[in-house]
Parts: sequence; C-alpha cells; structure tokens
Amino acid sequence: MPSFYHETETVFGTHKNPIFQWIFTVDHKRIALLYMGVMFTLFFLAVSAAVTMRAELFFPGPQFLKPHTYNELFTFHGVTMIFLFIVPGIPAALGNFILPLMLGARDLSFPRLNLLSWWFYVIGVATAYSALMSGHGFADTGWTFYAPYSLRTDSHVLPTLVAAFILGISSILTGINFVVTIHRLRAPGMGFFKMPLFVWGLYSTAWIQVLATPVIGITLLLVILERTLNIGIFDPTKGGDPILYEHLFWIYSHPAVYLMILPGFGIVSEVLTTFTRRTIFGYHAIAISSASIAGIGYLVWGHHMLTSGISDMARIIFSLLTFLVAIPTGVKIFDWIATLYKGSIILATPMLWILGSIVNFTIGGLTGLTLAAIGADIHLHDTYFVVAHFHYTILGGVMFMFIGGLHYWYPKITGKIYDEVRGRIAFGLMFVGFNMLWFPMFIAGFLGNPRRYFDYLPTFTIYHQIAGVGAVLVASGLLTILYNFARGLKDGKEAGPNPWNATTLEWHISSPPPLENFSKIPYVDFDPYEYEHGEPVVHFDENFQRVVR
Amino acid sequence: MKQEMAYDVAGNSYPVTDYKDDYDGEKFGFWIFLLTEMMMFGVLFLLFAINFYRHSELFGTSSGHLNVWLGGVNTVILLVSTYTMGLASLMMRQAKVRASAYFVGATVVMAIIFLSIKAFEWSVDIHHGIYPGSGILDAKDKGEILFFGLYFVMTGLHGLHVIVGIALMAWVLLLIRSGGIRPEHNIVMKNVTLYWDFVHLIWIILFPLFYMIGV
Repeated sequence: MPSFYHETETVFGTHKNPIFQWIFTVDHKRIALLYMGVMFTLFFLAVSAAVTMRAELFFPGPQFLKPHTYNELFTFHGVTMIFLFIVPGIPAALGNFILPLMLGARDLSFPRLNLLSWWFYVIGVATAYSALMSGHGFADTGWTFYAPYSLRTDSHVLPTLVAAFILGISSILTGINFVVTIHRLRAPGMGFFKMPLFVWGLYSTAWIQVLATPVIGITLLLVILERTLNIGIFDPTKGGDPILYEHLFWIYSHPAVYLMILPGFGIVSEVLTTFTRRTIFGYHAIAISSASIAGIGYLVWGHHMLTSGISDMARIIFSLLTFLVAIPTGVKIFDWIATLYKGSIILATPMLWILGSIVNFTIGGLTGLTLAAIGADIHLHDTYFVVAHFHYTILGGVMFMFIGGLHYWYPKITGKIYDEVRGRIAFGLMFVGFNMLWFPMFIAGFLGNPRRYFDYLPTFTIYHQIAGVGAVLVASGLLTILYNFARGLKDGKEAGPNPWNATTLEWHISSPPPLENFSKIPYVDFDPYEYEHGEPVVHFDENFQRVVR
Repeated sequence: MKQEMAYDVAGNSYPVTDYKDDYDGEKFGFWIFLLTEMMMFGVLFLLFAINFYRHSELFGTSSGHLNVWLGGVNTVILLVSTYTMGLASLMMRQAKVRASAYFVGATVVMAIIFLSIKAFEWSVDIHHGIYPGSGILDAKDKGEILFFGLYFVMTGLHGLHVIVGIALMAWVLLLIRSGGIRPEHNIVMKNVTLYWDFVHLIWIILFPLFYMIGV
C-alpha cells in the first residue's frame, strides 16, 4: 500500500515538485515531519550554545567569551529552547502525527489551518534569527524580557519580541485545531473516557495554548509599542508598572511549562502500558489529573514573584496554590508505579527513557515544592537551584519523554526499526550525563551561586567542572540518538504495523500510514489499553470491523 | 455525498463525521478563536482597571478631553451595523441571497463611517499634541500619560479589528458572488457575523470606559 511519503495533497491541489509537495502539504503527518525537521535543527543550535557556556564556565574567571556575549548566548539558548522548540514541541511534532491516528480520524479538523500554523512558525523562526544577522547582536534580556531593562537595552530585542508574538499565533492556531479535532473527530463510539491518555494530555495542552497564549501575545505587543512609541504602561518614569509586566508575563509563561509537560505525561502512559503489557492503573484519575494540572497551573504564576515585593497575603495564596499542583502530579506518578506493579516489564529503549524521565521528573517536581515555600525561595531565588529545578523538569522530564516518544513511534513514522543496542547506549550516556550536569547545580545554588552570571567564585569550581563533563556526555548521547535514527532509516529492518504489540488505533494501520490513515473508520467501543495474557484484545479485519476471537 | 458509516461487532451502523464538511466543528473552532480574542482584550481591560484604580481622578479629567458625542455617534453606528450584519446572515439562511448581499454592503459602509469618525478624533488629538511619546503629553501628570497611552492602544487595536472586519466582509461579498456562500453552505458568513458581533461588543465596553467616566 502506498504510504503518505508517496502521495500527498497540497493546499493548491497537486504539485510535481517534491519540495512544493512538502511545504504546501495539508497532510497532518507531513506537517508533523516539517515541524520536526526545523525544531530539531534549532534544538541542536541551542544545545551548542549551552555547551559553549559550559566550556566558558569550566574554569572561574573570563576564558574566551565577553560578558555581553555570554548574556546573548543564554538569551539565545532560552529563546530558542522555549519559544522555538519546547512550546511547539511535543504537540506540533508528535501530536500532529499521532493525534488523528489515535482518534481514528483521517486528518485534523482544519488541515489548511495546520499548514498555516507551520508557516507562522517558520516566519517566527526567521524573524527571531534575523536579529543575529543585523549587526546589533541578539537580545541580552534573557528569555523573560523583563521590563524596564527590555525597554532600555540597545541590543536587538524587537525582532525577538515580534518573533515570540508570531509564534504565539502559530501556537493558538494549533491549539484551536486540536480542541476541535478532539471534540468532533473521535471515531464513532469513542467517548472522552475511551481516548488514549496521550490525547488527554494534548487536549489539556490545547486549552492552555488557547487561553494563556493571547495574554503573552498582547503583553509582548505592549513591550513592542513601548519600545517604538513610548506608551508608558510598563515604564516607571511615566507612571507605568514593571511588576505588572512580570505578572502578565508569568500568567502565560507558568501555564506554558504545564503546556510542555502534559503531552509528555501522555507519552509516559502510552509507553508504560505497552511495555508492561497491561492496562493503565487509574485511567480516569490520570485523565482528570491532566485537566486539573492545566486548571490549577493557570493560577500559580505569582510564585515566580515571591521576592518582587507583592503582598504577604498574595505570596501565601500563590504558595498554597503551587503546593496544590503537586497533588494531581503525585496522582499520576503513583498510578504509573502501580501500573508497573506485577506487569511484564520489557526494558526496551522507549521504556528506559520513560522510566528515566519519571526519576528525573520526581526530583524536579519535589525541588519545585522547595521553591514554592516562601522562606526557602527567598534564599534560593535567582540561584542555580532554580536553573537545576527547571532543567530537571524540562530536560530530564519533558525532553526524556519526548525522546522516549520518538523512539516509540519511530517505527510508525518511518516504517523501520532502529538499533536497540545503540538506543540503550544513548540512554545510558544521557541519563548519567544529565544527572552529572544538573545535580551539582542544586548544591551550587543552595550554597549561593547566582544564575545568569558569566563568572563565579573559585569555591564553586568543582560543581561547574562536574557539570561540564556531564554536558559532554549529554551532547554525545544526543548525537548517538541522531546517528541511530539516521542509520535506522537506511538499514533498519521493516517494522510492520505493530512492532511493540501495542493497543491504540495507530498500531492497527500500516507503518508508515497511508495518506488518509483509515480506509474505513473503525467503531470504538473498547478501552484504549486492553491486554489479556500479554496480548492485545482488540483486532480488526481489513475493513476495520472488529474481529471477535 | 453518501453518509459514511462505521460498524460495530453486531453490524449496527454509526455515522462518521466528515472532516472536510463539518459545520458544527467550524463554528466551534471560531468560538474558541473569539475566546482567545477575549483573553487578549481582557488583559487590556485589566490594565485599564488597575490604572483607573490608581489614578481615578486624573482618568476622569483626561476622559473629559474626549468628544463624547463623536464617540456616542460611533456607538450607535456600530450597533446598527451589527443589526444589519445579523439580518444579512438571516436573509442568507432564508435563501434571499440578493438581500443578504445588500445588508453586508450596508454593514461595510457603516464600518467605514465608523473608521472615518475615529480617524478624525485621532487627528484632532494628535494635532493638539496628545499622542504617546509627545513632549506635550509627557509633560502632563502620570495618570494622563497612562490614560492616553491606553486610549491609543485599545481604540487602535479595536480599529485594527474593524479594518479586518471590512476585509472579511468584502471577502464574504466575493464568496456570495462566486457561489462559495450559499443558503445551504453559509458557515463563513455565520462566523464573520459572530466576529462582527464581537467587535461591536468590545466597543460597547470601550465607549463608557474612555468617553463617559469624565462626563
């Protein structure tokens, strides 16, 4: 059967030129691959920026970077990783590919809008990077663009702000598309509580995209107007209020971290059930906890501002609400552990990444509670402790889940199997390297090493050197994955429709899937993860009618 | 086209939603889009509320500089234009295609009058040196700087939405002409009507906030 690599539909009908066939395609699977291509190129650029910073910090004192260049580098790293990579991240890349397959749909609700999202994304990327070419250098504000510095600095902040605004539009359009698709295009019979949990993660994420992104959009627009027309809303000399900027910024940017993690949580549930060969423990609890993390996560932004001079009452409320987020998150972690209990655990590469991510994320999540406690936060605010906490959740958590998901769906996307041994070596390098890179920073931060400084006191040297070695291991782990995936494309063996013995709908069609996924739409009156004696319960014939054995 | 069906084990059939022709889905998607617009304007209303709380008296005095009559006339014009746009949508559903097109045309004319009055107001303000970053405005009290800052940002963003609305209605007229919008296929028109309703709702709130607190 011809796959979506062989035939496609574009927004202008048919094209002979293969490049146009890709960049104007309306097929959700091709758009997902377009996103992946751009996103991972940028990811490796941002990784090199990080490795450069680690090299600079290997010894105390100035080495080969100027302090200003260092500020530009961490801004470049932050802006690229946050706005260009991890926010579109799992939804735009894996979600775009997998969501319609899991729902039993032929595409998203609005395929052309989906293409438009990608084009907005590319324009956003080009705008952000235009600052690199223009001679003024990249923004040096950090990815947070705090006023009033972002209003005053003569570095090139405008293109970056405009880019973040355009990327916001892209993100909103993807969110709308996903919400409508999940409401309208579930296969007949599939109620909300028969959806796979990855879909629940994407659904919660899509609502955050829709509700929170407009807030950052208008806020950044105001900073743009502030820099060009001097409106005065965030400018203290004109009666404006920079703290108000921080509020508005974090009203988006805190939910944004849940936007990053929730689809990752979804991947965890998918991979765990497949590689324990049993149904998920507490399906409803996990589904509802995704939605409640999204809901509570909207109300905790003030914990970024505990030292900004907001009132004690506000600080206590924000601290309490932040602690509340730990409840649904804890529910998920307990459910996953209960799923492992008495399962037939298979330690395949995707499973290793997912188990690793649970370990890392637990450390990241618990240190988040340390930071949410007001007293502790006053000591730890703006130190490496915060940076370590953040990277434990996002790199050790989200990125590990993302990589686990990429391994898990690699056979579905490419039709090939990667090399298992190389996969495990890459995981080993990353897991050890990651913990070497970030754990010392908890200690350095606790002892008072401030973040975003280009230099440090000689007493902190040992922590920075362990981290430097860890960074090299992480980078080599990432390159191993890249090599493994590339080799798999060339000489991996054929995957077949269902190499992992998984249960959800995407594994019932050929790998790689055909253009409109399902020739006939199945009727779904079963739960997403039904196993019996380690084998999937549900089977379909070639007309997607269920076969009873 | 024939309705596609999915079959369960017993052979019962269930209708499948066609993603290429899904009226409810398209309407639902547009409502969510309007929700994002609301969040965006909501932030500006929040900024207004906070600054009004801090500088109530100066906001009142500044508001007195605006021409409440011109603002009032504009409010009436937008209200009537929403009515005509609604009628256009209704006529389309009743298969009165020609009448529908006329009502869309009338809405466009009113939107243009609205913008012209708005442009006149702005030009008078700018002529008096009242615009963001001007020396005259910056010499005034902080409450006044913030009031006019917000005034230009919020009415400006609203004006931008009116311009987009005019473009959308022109597109609707083209689609009616080409048969892209028909009585049985009118989702685009429905959504543009919703959009125009939203634009007028924002103005209904902007008008008292900026023009009437000083009266």
